[in-house]
Amino acid sequence: MHRFANPARFMRLSAAILPWTAALSVVLLGLGIYLALFVAPPDYQQGEAVRIMYVHVPAAWLASFVYALVALTSAIALIWRHPLADIAAQSAAPLGAGFTLLCLVTGSLWGARMWGTWWVWDARLTSVLVLFFLYLGYIALVNAFDEPGRGARAGAILALVGVVNLPIIKFSVDWWNTLHQPASVFRLGGPTIAAAMLWPLLIMALGYTLLFATLLMVRMRTALLAAKLRALRLAEVEREAASLMPQQTALS
Amino acid sequence: MTRKRRRLIAVLAGLGMLGLATGLVLSAFSDNLVFFYSPTDLKEKPVPRGRELRIGGLVEAASLRHESDGKTVEFRVTDGKSDVPVTYSGALPDLFREGQGVVVEGKLDAAGAFRADTVLAKHDERYMPREVVEALKKSGHWREGEAQPEGQAQR
Repeated sequence: MHRFANPARFMRLSAAILPWTAALSVVLLGLGIYLALFVAPPDYQQGEAVRIMYVHVPAAWLASFVYALVALTSAIALIWRHPLADIAAQSAAPLGAGFTLLCLVTGSLWGARMWGTWWVWDARLTSVLVLFFLYLGYIALVNAFDEPGRGARAGAILALVGVVNLPIIKFSVDWWNTLHQPASVFRLGGPTIAAAMLWPLLIMALGYTLLFATLLMVRMRTALLAAKLRALRLAEVEREAASLMPQQTALS
Repeated sequence: MTRKRRRLIAVLAGLGMLGLATGLVLSAFSDNLVFFYSPTDLKEKPVPRGRELRIGGLVEAASLRHESDGKTVEFRVTDGKSDVPVTYSGALPDLFREGQGVVVEGKLDAAGAFRADTVLAKHDERYMPREVVEALKKSGHWREGEAQPEGQAQR
């Protein structure tokens, strides 16, 4: 793990991978949206409205997956102090917040159409809203300190505390009565979704994942370059100060 | 090395305690975390009349009646073991029909009938094209709304 936690190596590696993940995510998302809107059959109960699923479900998966990643990199940052771990967590969090918001908005539209309500306070919907606030809290906390190191430490602890919410989101539909239906894909006994609808969904999910990987690498690269720039500026200021010093002492 | 190890143990222990605490809290409040009660729950734990609550289940087959005013409906919500009569007047969701999962919000009246202010449709976790459902029905492998009452009957 130390080998990949080297920022210089990460810059080289990500520069090589980035064009491929970017291109592949565009292709998969394009194909996925085409399949979802034009090829996949309408549902026996929900008719054409089921097509919201192809946008909503991958966003929900990514919302949880990205949070797990933020928590994992936060733990690595806290325990092993890897230089890249904090940057990875802080770069991933706003992306995860975006996926969560997309999940909430598309879910609300879907609910209005199928359930007859935009929002209910059932365990699934509420726990996903809590996930969204955890993301926002993490982002706010990381940026609330003058010294970046302390913000990163506080944020990492919050990210770890929030991990308890992930199993609650996943199993809320099994533990309690909810308006939201139980899992259709990742469940014991196999998916309860027809193959003609499962394939477009999985292609969309892969497209979302690659899009996330692409954006994460772009954000991490930007953060590393910004840190480098800051260090260079600081060094320059110090050099200038050092060159001014002898004159000042001479004057006084 | 030892400091890293100590931090690792601290993080793992912290997460373990947190998980345990959350588990205890959730299991203590589990009765209040349900979104609705089943008709059987209602029989076993009677609630005071006039209290706002939600009941979930399937719209019983051949129980749906439209009143002459054109907007009031009567139907029974069942979980397979017991059922509750419901009256409601207002717009129904598109998915609403006999055999469909519903959650109704409202109050029990003195006669033990449920007066709903809101009717929400609940769909199951099965997604499939119409043709597949028809083929399953033809071959006798289709069970109407099977996924839902199973889950509710346990509670």
